[in-house]
Amino acid sequence: MIQFALKRLGIAVLVALTVSMLSFSMIYLSGDPAVALAGEGASQEDIENVRRVYGFERPLIVQYGDWLIRALQGNLGHSNYLKADVASVIFERLPTTMLLGACALAFALILAIPLGVVAAIRANSMIDRVALTIAVIGQAMPSFWLALTLILWFGINWRMLPITGTASWLNFIMPSIALGYYVTPAVMRLTRAGMLEVLSSDYIRTARAKGLRPMTVLFKHALRNAIIPVVSLSAVQFGFMLGGSIVIETIFAINGLGFLAWESIQRADLPMMQAIVLVFSVFYILLTFLADLLNGFLDPRIRVA
Amino acid sequence: MKKRKFGPASAVLTVGLAMAVAWSGPAQAGKADDTLNWSTNREIAVVDPYYNNTRELVIMGHMGWDGLVYRDQETGEYQPLLATSWKWADDTALEFELRDDVKFHDGSDFDADDVVYTFNHVSNKNNGVLTFRNVSWIKNAEKLGPHKVRVNLHKPFPPALAYLANAAFILPSGHYDGAPAKADGNPDFAAVEPVGTGPYKVADVKAGEFVLMEKNEDYFANSSKGTPQIGTMRFRTITERNTQIAELMTGALDWIWDVPKEQAERMAAAPNITVENAKTFRVSYMAFDVDGDSGTDVFTKKKVRQAFAHAINRESIAKNLVGPASEVIHSACHPDQFGCTQDVIRYEYDPAKAKELLAEAGYPDGFEFDIYAYREREFTEAVIGDLAKIGVKAKLNFMQYRALRDIVRKGETPVNHMTWGSYSIPDVSAIVSNFFTHGPDDPAKDDKTKELVEVGDNSVEPETRKLYYKQAFERIAEEAYWLPMFTYAKYYAFSKDLDFTATSDEIPRFYTTKWN
Repeated sequence: MIQFALKRLGIAVLVALTVSMLSFSMIYLSGDPAVALAGEGASQEDIENVRRVYGFERPLIVQYGDWLIRALQGNLGHSNYLKADVASVIFERLPTTMLLGACALAFALILAIPLGVVAAIRANSMIDRVALTIAVIGQAMPSFWLALTLILWFGINWRMLPITGTASWLNFIMPSIALGYYVTPAVMRLTRAGMLEVLSSDYIRTARAKGLRPMTVLFKHALRNAIIPVVSLSAVQFGFMLGGSIVIETIFAINGLGFLAWESIQRADLPMMQAIVLVFSVFYILLTFLADLLNGFLDPRIRVA
Repeated sequence: MKKRKFGPASAVLTVGLAMAVAWSGPAQAGKADDTLNWSTNREIAVVDPYYNNTRELVIMGHMGWDGLVYRDQETGEYQPLLATSWKWADDTALEFELRDDVKFHDGSDFDADDVVYTFNHVSNKNNGVLTFRNVSWIKNAEKLGPHKVRVNLHKPFPPALAYLANAAFILPSGHYDGAPAKADGNPDFAAVEPVGTGPYKVADVKAGEFVLMEKNEDYFANSSKGTPQIGTMRFRTITERNTQIAELMTGALDWIWDVPKEQAERMAAAPNITVENAKTFRVSYMAFDVDGDSGTDVFTKKKVRQAFAHAINRESIAKNLVGPASEVIHSACHPDQFGCTQDVIRYEYDPAKAKELLAEAGYPDGFEFDIYAYREREFTEAVIGDLAKIGVKAKLNFMQYRALRDIVRKGETPVNHMTWGSYSIPDVSAIVSNFFTHGPDDPAKDDKTKELVEVGDNSVEPETRKLYYKQAFERIAEEAYWLPMFTYAKYYAFSKDLDFTATSDEIPRFYTTKWN
């Protein structure tokens, strides 16, 4: 198990490194950061000045190496635009994004697991079809469209919910639904498939034969086993939501990490973009790594493979 | 263990409950609590007019700080602000008498030392002012008396007053002295607390979220800016346009701009919103590869360039796509700028004439070429549609500004369709000098044009300037180096409670607004 964990950890570190390297070079491919920083219409003199002040004239590999060494020492740099320490800005905004991700995931699980269970119990029935439809709509509907529709109805027409900001828990309702709905199908399908498999297994038949109440069989014996892959999927989906929050945070003007990422791309704030990509990828990789470990722990065959 | 209720039904219930709680709706702002809530899509972290080069900071700059002079937007005349009078001592020196009754937001008195300190700090290149061109013309400033200063210029710079009114705000003496050090050891001037003399003072800033400004109750009497009326101004960052509109419609915002045309037209029907289309200093233009650097010699031919000018229906683009306040321009400048004239050769929309000219240039069947653009894709697509009617096929290369700018400056674009905002400076030198004095943006590098523009740039005599600039504009139009297209127009949408007037320099003067 330790060897397996170390191997996975090694892969995770390499992935993080590759992601940071790729994102660094991609920033440059999209144009000269000095031009972006100097602003539209800046004179050549202004641009040269910015280039000199921020050290953009050095070779790309030197800039990357410099950044990496400092990042490893815990220094993520200084934002060119916000004029603040990158790490402190990120850690100030991370809780908002985490809270949004957690709310969205909670919404997805609350909706998807019962739907999946019902769909499995009544497989191929009308209920199953309805559940499937709900899931397919979730998958097909772009989250920004859902977000705008929610704003239109709950924010403008009915004036029931605040549209922007994070002033109260009410502000999180619409963003959580918009963000969480997208992952509902995956969770629902997995719950349904897991339940179907478990319900047809021998130990469930034995439990039923023992005369246990149907609810006990369903929740205590079947769901507990069927839910295990959902737990690892949720971990990965949580990572996805942190990244996916870019769109939702932008629409609802939530001052989180996703919004910061979008803004930093707009203004070519290299240290900030680098750090956010690093934080997002480390999160994602960490969650995938934990899911791998969990799976390995639960199913010894994976460890051998 | 009574947690069995968890399920979709309870989720719906929770949301329903939330709605019931929130029935009273989100907190209403605006007139009721004397707070003007305005929003744009930019994050503001640094509230300093020299170390933040966003449009928002120009707007806040005029609220929180004052310049030496003030430009009347209607008449174009310069009026006193922190200075009571001024005169050109010679071609490279301006002398100002200053007010003696002005206080900074921190209570300290304003005097000549503040002007000298500010100008000497910002004109020093090593201090890293972001838009250095706004102050690069200043050589230094010297104190002539407690309320008298002399500003020395590197060379004659006729639009100096325009820059002093728009972009040279006065800070208290020693303002940046206590700047904290950055990671690299250099002082971080942007981190200094904002202090000015303006009609509003910065009360609170949350980086990337809001900037709160409060009325300066001690603002000096008889200021050309008037007396501030509204108690609080709250700027909020909302990136998503639809969200801004939603917030305006629900009353959580009082003012937004840059509303897309179709949405603006629809919003005009809302009972609580005023929609206004106002012109801006930004112009759209098309620059041709006159000297053939891009590898094609098609646009070295004057008749091809003139054919393009006749082929594009600029009037239709301006009125149908941009907005009612947009107007077609014939000269390489904005009509509201000093020195601009539209009295040059005009190329009316005439596809038949365009085809004729193409045939004369040797392209009776048209040709194919690459057009580059970065801003409103639909405007360039309309151009492409018009060109197709005369048999010219344009392939659109739509790029990010910073990527396009690089290749334009390297001369790699046969034709680029771009825009220029003149930094909101009401003087033609802010546009024509950038494009026609052999700089990297100059498509033609024509010596004669350069010569004419430079006479205008270096003379402090207004009539001389007008004369030479006119000759330059005539030549640019005659040779069709550039095809001036139209002025941009912006849609503003604001609460009916607000008395607001838009200006063409795209600097909303919030300090003049009041509630209806």
